[in-house]
Amino acid sequence: MKVLQEGIGPLFTDPDPDNARQFFHKKSRALVNKLMTVHDAVKKFVHDGDYLAVGGFGGVRVPTAVLHEIVRQGRKNLGFAGHTATHDNQILAAGECFDRCDAAYIVGLEARGLSPQSRRYFESGKVKVSEWTNAGLYWRYQAAALGVPFIPARSMLGTDTLKYSGAKVVECPFTGKTLVLFPALYPDIAVVHVHEADIYGNARIRGTTIADQTLVRAAKRVIVSTERIISTEEIRNNPDLTKIPYFTVDAVCEVPYGGYPSNMAYLYFSDEVHIQQWLESEKDPVEHQKFIDKYIRNTKDFNEYLQLCGGLDRMVELERIERLIPEPDRFVEDLEAQP
Amino acid sequence: MKTYNRMELMISVAARILEDGRIVAVGTGAPCAAAMLAQKIHAPNLIMMFEAGGVAPILPTMPVSVGDSRTFYKALMATSMRDVMASTARGMVDYSFLGGAQIDAYGNLNSTMIGHDYDRPKVRMPGSGGANDLATNCWKILVLTLHDKRRFVEKVDFITSPGYLNGPQAREQAGLPPGTGPYKVITDLGIMGYDPLTCRMRIESIHPGMTVEQIKQNTGFEIGIADDLIETKPPTDLELEILREQVDPLRYLIGR
Repeated sequence: MKVLQEGIGPLFTDPDPDNARQFFHKKSRALVNKLMTVHDAVKKFVHDGDYLAVGGFGGVRVPTAVLHEIVRQGRKNLGFAGHTATHDNQILAAGECFDRCDAAYIVGLEARGLSPQSRRYFESGKVKVSEWTNAGLYWRYQAAALGVPFIPARSMLGTDTLKYSGAKVVECPFTGKTLVLFPALYPDIAVVHVHEADIYGNARIRGTTIADQTLVRAAKRVIVSTERIISTEEIRNNPDLTKIPYFTVDAVCEVPYGGYPSNMAYLYFSDEVHIQQWLESEKDPVEHQKFIDKYIRNTKDFNEYLQLCGGLDRMVELERIERLIPEPDRFVEDLEAQP
Repeated sequence: MKTYNRMELMISVAARILEDGRIVAVGTGAPCAAAMLAQKIHAPNLIMMFEAGGVAPILPTMPVSVGDSRTFYKALMATSMRDVMASTARGMVDYSFLGGAQIDAYGNLNSTMIGHDYDRPKVRMPGSGGANDLATNCWKILVLTLHDKRRFVEKVDFITSPGYLNGPQAREQAGLPPGTGPYKVITDLGIMGYDPLTCRMRIESIHPGMTVEQIKQNTGFEIGIADDLIETKPPTDLELEILREQVDPLRYLIGR
């Protein structure tokens, strides 16, 4: 196939499926207990310089506990897949943890506005960037998960997004159509937060799965944090509910409310008040680092962070919001209003 | 007739454009409100899709994230980004609403950066997100935005998502799917469409009390005028009632 056009953006990862196969050939398939603390999982599986991809979407199912630990342990020079990245981008930019980024969606928090710290970080020139799109990065994970070097699609044609990407444009040998080749992206490490998992890493996600099922199959190593641990018996009784198979997973961390302040479907809604505090703190870089010290660096674990954010009382409130249950005081008024 | 503000007008006008029985890919904010309003007035079978995987929800409240649990509340399916993006790619999604910091006469959108040095942008913005994908594959692209000169520019600093690129046939030449492209731009001043011959933006309808001159003054490029220029019908009492009481009771959008 003749290459008609190619982006000038760098490729941060190797798209060669045979190199990846060599890795997966040696990856353990053993059914062993992978339960460990977030501290140990990050220490063992996230290294300086690794290419990191994060599951979830925007303010949804962000593996916050693990990301905090990456900042707490001071990981540096990571590659970062900026796929629907919002609060994850905020946390990693606060710690200046990455120095290169495949950018599909970065810097913003959707309807909540832009993150000042993430903006400063990207505008500083400290991060090498390649442009992509949300679907484009998805196709890159998909190619990796399939063991092929690329997936063709039509996104990015005609735009500067294509120009600053690492994609190549070719003519289809069947139809003559112009196609963009999205090269396989094999992250060194993926971090995903789920609703339930067993000790081996078989995991269930409720609600939309976004890109996570594909991401964990593309990544070389995977840390799963889970709201709760369930028995393998329960997994085996409902195998159709398993979204992530154990053999993709390297570490399982039990972290109730581990997605806070993001939204966890059917469990708790995003804490919009705390997210606003983050955004507010970011306006001044010095104040922001104090904020990060208080909430991340000087807390020993995620539970201590949750305590700082209002603890169980706040979590119960977010559960109520998630389930659309009226506020207690209004509830009483409604009852009194009845004849 | 009730009085209304500009957001109420824009959302009502956008809602009227969405036909029943179609599929619209939406994000958060005003487009979502427009789709909700359309469903409650004339398009009960308009289907909303969210790129994170929510398909045909019955939205209880406005979502804050394109992936939050409202986007699949009482939905027909909670699926994945692959499923939604693949649906657009094979031609199943009729409309999408997109936005950006800049839009040009051909409907090209910039949501990536302000400035001219890619390595040191003056302002770094989110980038494409799913916008480029939707602008590539959805049949009709709608833009809902306030009308001002800094946004409506002669040349965008960065083409994040494709409009008609640089004119007639440019999309086809670039390899984009035939028959797709920008459709309408709804602002606080009027409704713009695109001249079928030149692919340039033109004024098709002027909102009550606004003038062609006002639109020209607030547009940074030469904007045409459709031969059959009309005046926009103001929001009806029913539209306002549903918008205020059911779609956005907390006035997140219409209170702006």
